[in-house]
Amino acid sequence: MLEIAIGIILGCCALGAGVAMIAGIGPGIGEGNAVAKACEAIGRQPECKGPVTTTMLMGCAVAETTGLYALVIAILLIFVAPNMLVNILIKTIG
Amino acid sequence: MKKSNNKRFLAVDILLLILTVLPIVFAIVLKVLTEPPADGIQITGARIFFTVHMPVQDWYITEAQINSWLVIISVFFLCLYMTHGIKQKPNSKRQHIAEWAVEKTESLVKENMGEYFAGFAPFIAAVILLSAFSSLLSLCGLFPPTSDLNIVGGWAVLVFVLITYYTCKCGPLHYLKSFAEPVPLLAPLNIISEVATPLSMAFRHYGNILSGTVISVLVGAGLQGLSSLVLGWLPGVLGDIPFLRIGLPAVLSVYFDVFSGCLQAYIFAMLTMLYVSNGFPADDYEKRKLRKNTKHA
Repeated sequence: MLEIAIGIILGCCALGAGVAMIAGIGPGIGEGNAVAKACEAIGRQPECKGPVTTTMLMGCAVAETTGLYALVIAILLIFVAPNMLVNILIKTIG
Repeated sequence: MKKSNNKRFLAVDILLLILTVLPIVFAIVLKVLTEPPADGIQITGARIFFTVHMPVQDWYITEAQINSWLVIISVFFLCLYMTHGIKQKPNSKRQHIAEWAVEKTESLVKENMGEYFAGFAPFIAAVILLSAFSSLLSLCGLFPPTSDLNIVGGWAVLVFVLITYYTCKCGPLHYLKSFAEPVPLLAPLNIISEVATPLSMAFRHYGNILSGTVISVLVGAGLQGLSSLVLGWLPGVLGDIPFLRIGLPAVLSVYFDVFSGCLQAYIFAMLTMLYVSNGFPADDYEKRKLRKNTKHA
């Protein structure tokens, strides 16, 4: 019985990590938009290449944040949560 | 007389260079000596060297803290080396480089923060150098301190204190009033966004470096498995060498360690500048100063 419970915990943690990383879609679309617009701007005004590139990198970094939150949650689910949950389970069973 | 002076100058130069490299060598030796034997490739956090027992909570001395201090010492001696023997008319390459770096930072700070914050240049330069060198430490095979949330969280707390200090420049009442803008109804949201600033800064820096490490380790492990599957039939020692691991991880390392590390350092410094100068109410501060001056006069 204990084996099944631990198996369910491990499997659900892995599934949760995978589902959390769906959030990677958002920053991907957002950064793609930002880079596309930056390319357009450079095409229109090639002399502004430097400032446009720095602003684009800054914007990309800020847009990336939501994806990184998902990454942190996924890492917690893979490396930290299983140990903790199994410990709690063993403690409650006795 | 002059020759002996020259000799002494060179000796100090070499001493400073050695002191720059020594902390990194010390970190590598420490890692080699204390690393527990592991089978295969593993993803681990910072190892705990020893624990100091404290009344409230145990104090852990981890790899991240030690590496971070070693980077600080290394950067300190690097700066001493760069500025050793500066003259009014620069004749050495390193003085040119040092002057270029100082001028660039000062112009960057003035451009982004305004004249009032011109004194911020050394702090910003220190943040960029520390962050970049911490991330570049992974090129030596060491644990980069920036992939530990505690280290980056400490920097973010420092930035938060700075932001709050400069927002409070017009008195605590003005600070409290800034939460009730544009309507008092939004005060809870403003408080949340104030707390979210350091949190997101810490998570951004830490997540970027850590994701690079994780992906590099995963690709390395995958290539090793593939290589033992495809080339495992080779006789003797040849079969044990993971040939497919040569090449591709280096390309990934150039992106994740060098490019991403330096970019994150730049972004952290840039966001520090933007948040601090945005939080500072420049117009109100000028008005208040004028009012004070007229009162005294």
